[in-house]
Amino acid sequence: MKQKYKKRRMKDYVGLLYISPFIIGFLIFQLYPFISSIIYSFTDFTMIKKPDFVGFSNYINMFTKDRDFWNSVKVTFKYVLMAVPMKLIFALFIAMVLNMKLKSINFFRTIYYLPSILGGSVAVAVMWRFLFMYDGLVNNFLGVFNIPPVSWLGNPDISLYTIGLLAVWQFGSSMVLFLAGLKQIPENLYEASAIDGASKVKQFFVITLPMLTPIILFNMVMQTISAFQEFTGAFVITNGGPMKSTYLYGMMLYDNAFVHFKMGYASAQSWILFFIIVTITAILLKSSKRWAYYEDGGDF
Amino acid sequence: MSIGKKNKKMIVRIIAFVFLSLLGIFMTYPLLWLISSSFKENNEIFKSLSLIPQKIVMNSYSEGWKGIGQFGYSTFFGNTFKLVIPITFFTVISSTMVGYGFARFTFPFKKFFFSVMLAGLMLPSSVIIIPRYLLFNRFGWLDSYLPFIVPAMFATNAFFIFMMVQFFRGIPKELDEAGIIDGCNSLQILTRILLPLCKPAIFSAMLFQFIWAWSDFFSPLIYINSVKKYPLSLALRMMLDLGEQAQWNQIMAMSVLSIVPPVILFFTAQKYFVEGISTSGLKG
Repeated sequence: MKQKYKKRRMKDYVGLLYISPFIIGFLIFQLYPFISSIIYSFTDFTMIKKPDFVGFSNYINMFTKDRDFWNSVKVTFKYVLMAVPMKLIFALFIAMVLNMKLKSINFFRTIYYLPSILGGSVAVAVMWRFLFMYDGLVNNFLGVFNIPPVSWLGNPDISLYTIGLLAVWQFGSSMVLFLAGLKQIPENLYEASAIDGASKVKQFFVITLPMLTPIILFNMVMQTISAFQEFTGAFVITNGGPMKSTYLYGMMLYDNAFVHFKMGYASAQSWILFFIIVTITAILLKSSKRWAYYEDGGDF
Repeated sequence: MSIGKKNKKMIVRIIAFVFLSLLGIFMTYPLLWLISSSFKENNEIFKSLSLIPQKIVMNSYSEGWKGIGQFGYSTFFGNTFKLVIPITFFTVISSTMVGYGFARFTFPFKKFFFSVMLAGLMLPSSVIIIPRYLLFNRFGWLDSYLPFIVPAMFATNAFFIFMMVQFFRGIPKELDEAGIIDGCNSLQILTRILLPLCKPAIFSAMLFQFIWAWSDFFSPLIYINSVKKYPLSLALRMMLDLGEQAQWNQIMAMSVLSIVPPVILFFTAQKYFVEGISTSGLKG
């Protein structure tokens, strides 16, 4: 008995040894920054002078005086509400078309997935900027159909959609997940409902959609988290303009922290972003108990 | 099945195929246009939809390669490799070890650490960027590649740990037991028995990390200041800043070059990407 116990303990320590890089990395590069970020958010740290505690004044200033803050909150919500649903609807639609047992499915999957791989790179942002310039390719294309040119990046009412389109273009990885989900829906469900005389549309709403809810939820959470933090596209393509119409939260944070070096203030702002993301994720997960379907009861 | 029904199915498939092809062209057109623009004259780039240049310009690559000021693209490419290769190497090693630890051992607080790791998948990176920057500043690591390489050694990207755990779980434990009977220790079990079986997972972790690190823009932007150390992403952005005097076809040419390595990797190994996405379900 004692020997067995000893052997067991040995095994325990070995496991800890293997995950030790993670534990050390977690403490230094995640937990420590996480905690110190809270502390910084209550200081006026600017990297030039020593930080002083200023209580809640960063938070109060942000909510009461900072017009950029409110603008960025608005712009970011607009961006998330537009880009995430469009991306997911598109991904699901294409996944369903690809699921029709076509021979060339692998080829299309590769082509459609390519933008997701390249999407975050500066080269693609540069390309997007050129495509949507006033005399760029997109307006040339519209000209073929006698549609007058649109100021995609110059008009504050449109610019955010142009940036959002870049996100939608990268629907590939959501699509791959939907495709995997669709393959798991048992064929006999469709056969049975077809015998009962259900139309394709009805089948979609009664079988396909409910069976995919766990994947919809997963995609929604991950895409929402990343959309709230979007940076590269807006930074390279429009630099936040025109008239701050694409000045996303991530860009504002970057400016405050790494351009103006207002580290304390930016930390406070990063906590508000964290709070927003956590709240929305929590709402999604909580509400999913009502709409997400798990065969095993599920615990996400 | 009646012939009519068969025909109908056939027609639906043809329509689907045509639709997918058109969409595929539509989606890849920008990338093709980027390539063709790099061979066009500056004033033609914005004038035509055509992928075939009216007059083929060959020197945009050689001229663009010279870069701006005293640093050319051999420097920027070199820097990118100096950055990406160690990141990829260390990420794969550390994530494999940690994944093995989680998948095969029981130890105190295992559940706790595992949930912490999973939470890390969802933690928005923006809350820890500022203190991390300040930390690296205190270490004197700014304007070096250490802020990229050292975290990779400590498996800070939960995505890859999760991916490895999922994969290890799919390998039967009986293999480990057979290894124990043969007198292997746990490290030998990992390196001699499990690693060869893990090749697909390791390969896909490698590819993902390589491509993400390759196209990362934000981290170099905050950590790297001197042009001498710029990776490609920052160099391209700097070229854009030239504004009116910029040679567009040269920018296009360098943009094309900067996505060549990821594109080649992607096409040669696309099944691993799909596998990686569907086992871990993340990213993009």
